[in-house]
Amino acid sequence: MAVTTVGQGPAAAGQPSGSGGRRISGGLLDPGQLWRSTPDALRKLNPATLWRNPVMFIVEVGSVCTTVLSLVHPTVFAWLITVWLWLTVVFANLAEAVAEGRGKAQAETLRRAKTDTVARRLPAWPALTEEPVPATGLQLGDVVVVEAGQTIPGDGDVIEGIASVDESAITGESAPVIRESGGDRSAVTGGTRVLSDRIVVRITQKPGESFIDRMIALVEGANRQKTPNEIALNILLAALTIIFLLAVATLQPLAIYSKSVQAFAPDSQALDATGLTGVVLVSLLVCLIPTTIGALLSAIGIAGMDRLVQRNVLAMSGRAVEAAGDVNTLLLDKTGTITLGNRQASEFLPVDGVAAAALADAAQLSSLADETPEGRSVVVYAKTAYGLRERHPGELSHATWVEFTAQTRMSGVDLNEVPARRIRKGAAAAVMKWVRDHGGHPTEQVGPIVDGISASGGTPLVVAEHLDGAPARALGVIHLKDVVKQGMRERFDEMRRMGIRTVMITGDNPLTARAIAAEAGVDDFLAEAKPEDKMALIKREQEGGKLVAMTGDGTNDAPALAQADVGVAMNTGTSAAKEAGNMVDLDSDPTKLIEIVEIGKQLLITRGALTTFSIANDVAKYFAIIPAIFAAVYPGLGTLNIMALHSPASAILSAVIFNALVIVALIPLALRGVRYTPSSAAAMLRRNLLVYGLGGVIVPFLGIKLIDLVVQFIPGIS
Amino acid sequence: MSDTTAGAVFIAVLALALAAAYRPLGDYMYRVVNSTRHLRVERVMYRLIGVNPDGEQSWGVYARSVLAFSAVSVLFLYLFLRVQHWLWLSLGFPNVVPSGAWNTAVSFVTNTNWQWYSGESTMGHLVQMAGLAVQNFASAAVGIAVAVALVRGFTRGSAKSGLRGSAGQPGPGADQLGNFWVDLVRICVRIVLPLSVLAAVVLVAGGAIQNLSAGTDVHTLAGATQHITGGPVASQEAIKDLGTNGGGFYNANSAHPFENPTAWTNWLEIFLLLVISFSLPRTFGRLVGSNKQGYAIVAAMVIMAAGSIIMINVLQGTHPGTVPAAVGAATEGTESRFGVFNSGTFASATTLTSTGSVDSFHDSYTALGGGVLLLNMMLGEVAPGGTGSGLYGILILAVLTVFVAGLMVGRTPEYLGKKIGAREVKFASLYFLTTPTLVLAGTAVGMATGWGKAGILNPGAHGLSEVLYAFTSAANNNGSAFAGLTVNTTPYNIALGLAMLLGRFLPMVFALGLAGSVAGQNPVPESAGRCWSASP
Repeated sequence: MAVTTVGQGPAAAGQPSGSGGRRISGGLLDPGQLWRSTPDALRKLNPATLWRNPVMFIVEVGSVCTTVLSLVHPTVFAWLITVWLWLTVVFANLAEAVAEGRGKAQAETLRRAKTDTVARRLPAWPALTEEPVPATGLQLGDVVVVEAGQTIPGDGDVIEGIASVDESAITGESAPVIRESGGDRSAVTGGTRVLSDRIVVRITQKPGESFIDRMIALVEGANRQKTPNEIALNILLAALTIIFLLAVATLQPLAIYSKSVQAFAPDSQALDATGLTGVVLVSLLVCLIPTTIGALLSAIGIAGMDRLVQRNVLAMSGRAVEAAGDVNTLLLDKTGTITLGNRQASEFLPVDGVAAAALADAAQLSSLADETPEGRSVVVYAKTAYGLRERHPGELSHATWVEFTAQTRMSGVDLNEVPARRIRKGAAAAVMKWVRDHGGHPTEQVGPIVDGISASGGTPLVVAEHLDGAPARALGVIHLKDVVKQGMRERFDEMRRMGIRTVMITGDNPLTARAIAAEAGVDDFLAEAKPEDKMALIKREQEGGKLVAMTGDGTNDAPALAQADVGVAMNTGTSAAKEAGNMVDLDSDPTKLIEIVEIGKQLLITRGALTTFSIANDVAKYFAIIPAIFAAVYPGLGTLNIMALHSPASAILSAVIFNALVIVALIPLALRGVRYTPSSAAAMLRRNLLVYGLGGVIVPFLGIKLIDLVVQFIPGIS
Repeated sequence: MSDTTAGAVFIAVLALALAAAYRPLGDYMYRVVNSTRHLRVERVMYRLIGVNPDGEQSWGVYARSVLAFSAVSVLFLYLFLRVQHWLWLSLGFPNVVPSGAWNTAVSFVTNTNWQWYSGESTMGHLVQMAGLAVQNFASAAVGIAVAVALVRGFTRGSAKSGLRGSAGQPGPGADQLGNFWVDLVRICVRIVLPLSVLAAVVLVAGGAIQNLSAGTDVHTLAGATQHITGGPVASQEAIKDLGTNGGGFYNANSAHPFENPTAWTNWLEIFLLLVISFSLPRTFGRLVGSNKQGYAIVAAMVIMAAGSIIMINVLQGTHPGTVPAAVGAATEGTESRFGVFNSGTFASATTLTSTGSVDSFHDSYTALGGGVLLLNMMLGEVAPGGTGSGLYGILILAVLTVFVAGLMVGRTPEYLGKKIGAREVKFASLYFLTTPTLVLAGTAVGMATGWGKAGILNPGAHGLSEVLYAFTSAANNNGSAFAGLTVNTTPYNIALGLAMLLGRFLPMVFALGLAGSVAGQNPVPESAGRCWSASP
């Protein structure tokens, strides 16, 4: 085998140290990270990039002004203000840099998974002639072969073979997964490693657009676009900034006038005959414009994406994350999301005096060729309940196996015994037809049993046999049952309180669907769903102005995933599904859709809460700065100095310092997101108004007073 | 009964009367703007101006119609004022100077009714009746029309799900806001006019004069000659208050005994000031199909208004300050017929509604009392604001509030089923940027230039307040004056005229833009997560 893998270091092999080590645990902010991000923060002072954030850009312009003013008329007060204004900008940049830094750390580990693998291309597949090609040179549609121990060179679909693959480089999950040709588990990702066997893969990516490439770009926030709400909020903040800019600009002539008519009033550091000093005007402006939210806005957005990544979900756009917070309708596949995996055999019900053991034996034999999970569960149940050893198709050499297909809806076996014995198992209608076709009469007993099982939400499978020379007859019924996952009902109740409707999608008949829907507590269900039905449901909901979220993995889910506002594709799914959705869940856990909704909401709430906090902060600043500026000319305004700040200079400086420090103090909150408990909107609004609205009014009073207690001792301030 | 008790009863009865009018008047206005029938007189008017009364307009066309109508109105009124001397019933008054005519024309068309002149010594009866009073009606109707158009924006969605005007009429297109000309004519003919006639009759009964006399000279007991003016006062007084216009027949405005003869007409005038603005939320609620929404809006208005009225009364009643303390009450500049309390209530109502009529002189209010009046105007016509302009003002305020609040509960914010996105926030922000920009820029210019400072009567902080009040009043289309400031100069007339013009029509255009923007959206259904906009 002419395989050379260049640079196959431990990292290149995509072998992370462990599942836990790769992920940065969410939440806490370690101070070292602040320090490490400082160079980035300073780099962001570049006005060419900063202007994108109008609020902080104004602060930077103000800082430049005060720097010039301080150079012209150096005073302790002017220099202190200048320093703290610059710090305000740096702190804002720091918030963004820290948020990006976390993504960068993740991108770093991902990059290590990108290998310089040399791929074994099969140019004339299915002929097995190989040629070595660098992985980066692979084109869309190339076919490569990968064997145990080698790294898969690019994203693609398995077209031949089955293998266990270590995908820990992407998912952080060290347990290997099975990838096989055909079906919905055929997608493999470049950078993952084949642990056993040999697979042939058709490459489905263009060079440089691999899944890992996209992941890296996403977690680094390289091509982050502002989300619709962020844009709207930015406009609001810009408008507020302009209003305050005008207010401050207007203040100057008023101040000059006030001063000129009351020339007897003593000059203060804030106000002299030429009006308010530039430093004071800038300080006032910076304190009034919504710097807190302006500084943290982009960090909140980046951190929101980051929180998804922490939960192994990749959002292809920020818009999708925001939409997730807004969804009205969740389409949940029954299987795997609401119920545990697949239906499982739970009972064998013989008819016409057939012995239970005989039915179990026939059921097992007829299911051996049925590779569907339901078929397997029959074999498992026969073993656990009746002690029947599992036989393998190879054991019975004289048997002809009839595999389950969606067309026949039956599986079975033809045994070359004497007399020849044919056993079939499958959907009631199909098997009963088979019985009739082979001269049998469906027994009266089967009908009621089948109906009874259906009514209870289960799935009936009929087992029948046909011995040569005798009419075919039904042996009994297998009861397949769905097992609803634990705790689903509570989660759906939560969803309802949040105003989200849950719809269960299932291929089952309406009777079965209703029973399970009732057991799981979903609001609605779509039974006998074909992909078109799903699509139609999504369109219908969207026409009513609702946002729809769904999960999917199969290729037939792709159109619906693309149509849904939030389409979460399973990582185990096909490439088509991953391409169509706007999120990928690396853990392939459909239940995670609920978490995604919560993260989306948390992102929006964090933004709203900090905006409220920022605006509420202004109240205290009025009380600090306005009396400070005008106390000399209008002593009456001194009564507004309810914080009893030491001097005009100390009051202004304290307000500026508070303004800068509050940004740093809120960085952890911005990154972590505010606490979110599912509850009705009214309750949440009350709570958040109380915490961030009232809190936003009170905190700065305390903060400014505390800072004033310290700065009053600085010489030149008092 | 003590003064304080009397004042409290005065307010309580007022509140009761407004509450009683809320439903019937609001419902009536809803039926008027939503009706599909045209009265014969209306049909004649449509034919005269050449519009198809069943055609709908997009926001751009609607806005252009508003602007065109107002531009023609300004031009007409300007020319009218410039030639009044040669017209009938001019009482011999000369033509109005150009800057003054510009100021007054703009002032009345913008529903500001800022008056640099003394009505009884400048304007003839014909101008008062056919020029100024007509604009009193028209400008009030324009305000209501724009508010209705904004509300329609919220109620209309895509062609499929859009609300229909009523059965039988083809459903309006996606982003159509109704027809400005129809709204204007209907509101004039069916709402403002009948109410004004009623109010005028009542005022005449109360002693307000209504004649075309040029006035009579009488000899007083002291032997001096006093000129007793006459004129069609009552009719103008009614619409002055009802349409939140505020341009008085006399310089003394509602402090003049011919305009406001008794304490109970004073009560009636305050009632008229407030009644349309406070009832419009009901119309709004009916239009959007949820009376709860109307109650939420009116509750917000009431809370703000009540706060202001109580504050004024308390401040004026407790009269802090040197002079009032010495006199024993803040009576300076207050009409003794009405007393401190009722004057305070009037002042509060007039500043809250952007009316600007006065029955006392705000310049003479206690320092903090004057401050509250200023604050009232700076609130920007929302509690309850001028006719129509109050409603669209508070709706846009609601849009912004909902935006921040919506974010706080983790939803893309929406109001009345329409998403508040970047475009909507942009229009709302521009709306709220306009007035402060004009006030601040105007005041800054006023304080920085020679002509600005020249007009100040009381130098010092008080002078500053005078200028600030003038521009606040103009840009907010209030029209009340702090007095003191000499504004009858060419620069002030021009500058304040500009402030009024921009302060009226820029926000209107932004409001209509917002309406057009939300009208184009599909409505989002209500769900458990969002029904809270109905509960204040």
